[in-house]
Amino acid sequence: MNIAVALDDVHTDALPDASEAGPAPKRVVVAYGFWIFLLSDIVMFSALFAAYAVLVRATAGAPTGAELFNQVSVAIETACLLVSSYTCGLMSVAIGSRRRFGTYFFALVTFVLGAAFLALELREFAGMIAAGATPQRSAFLSAFFTLVGCHGLHVAVGLIWLAVMMAQVATKGFRATVERRLLCFALFWHALDIIWIWLFTVVYLMGGRP
Amino acid sequence: MTETQYDRAPGDSPASPAPEERAPSDVVVYTIGLALAVLLTVTSFWVANTSLLWGPGIPLGLAVLAIAQMGVHLVFFLHITTGPDNTNNVLALAFGVLIVTLVVVGSLWIMANLNDNMMPPPELMNLHMQR
Repeated sequence: MNIAVALDDVHTDALPDASEAGPAPKRVVVAYGFWIFLLSDIVMFSALFAAYAVLVRATAGAPTGAELFNQVSVAIETACLLVSSYTCGLMSVAIGSRRRFGTYFFALVTFVLGAAFLALELREFAGMIAAGATPQRSAFLSAFFTLVGCHGLHVAVGLIWLAVMMAQVATKGFRATVERRLLCFALFWHALDIIWIWLFTVVYLMGGRP
Repeated sequence: MTETQYDRAPGDSPASPAPEERAPSDVVVYTIGLALAVLLTVTSFWVANTSLLWGPGIPLGLAVLAIAQMGVHLVFFLHITTGPDNTNNVLALAFGVLIVTLVVVGSLWIMANLNDNMMPPPELMNLHMQR
């Protein structure tokens, strides 16, 4: 990839540099702004991660992570989110080549996998609350529900956003504005998967150890 | 695209190369990313549950696997590269990583230090007095 760039430079030397060429295209500006937002969102998550890591042993006699977490359920959730990130990438490819059916198909697969993830997570929460492990029971459980619940809330918002975007593709078609929003959605969805990597590693795999 | 060398938007794949360069298509890139991510995830779950490895080293191993998988996602799914058209995206990411590291490591460090310097509970204090 970089070799290709170096080759390109040979015959594009005559072209003006980006700093002399005036404002960048709106697609670049919008996506870069959204990238900054995502990074600040990740900084917010890092505070929640820090709180969880500090409070993970503060169980106050309530059930610990090792007693509460079900690794099979977590593995299925991880698989759902990872594959939905992949189908979201395939949706971006379909959008790039203006294939309407491919876009709808991969958006549907992404939506179903995301919804399955959310359903599994809510079932896990309901099971924990039924077993008396409520957020107000211990500092560990407060930190757990805040961190995992905040990620789940992001996934829920992403699902609504995806549904809205499909409605926009249906009514407006592949317009420049719609394409920019779809690019931002893809960034958002991939970023959620990156946060989930740390979630299952820190919360479920490390926190689930006795 | 245009006549100038603008930065590439984060998440955009590289501009379609000339056919003779034989760069892999986007679908192939996403599929390689998925395969690597699945491999790393399966390894993570295996490491957490096996008894073959030395126990105290497992959290460190899990952290390394998570960092590796984060790299795979950034490169193959978000198309963050080291190319000159990606400098702004990489710099923003580097700043984000710096802040995240400061928040997490700093919190853990301060709280561990506070725990170490906590006053011992009263019954322990009494033992000291009786000596």
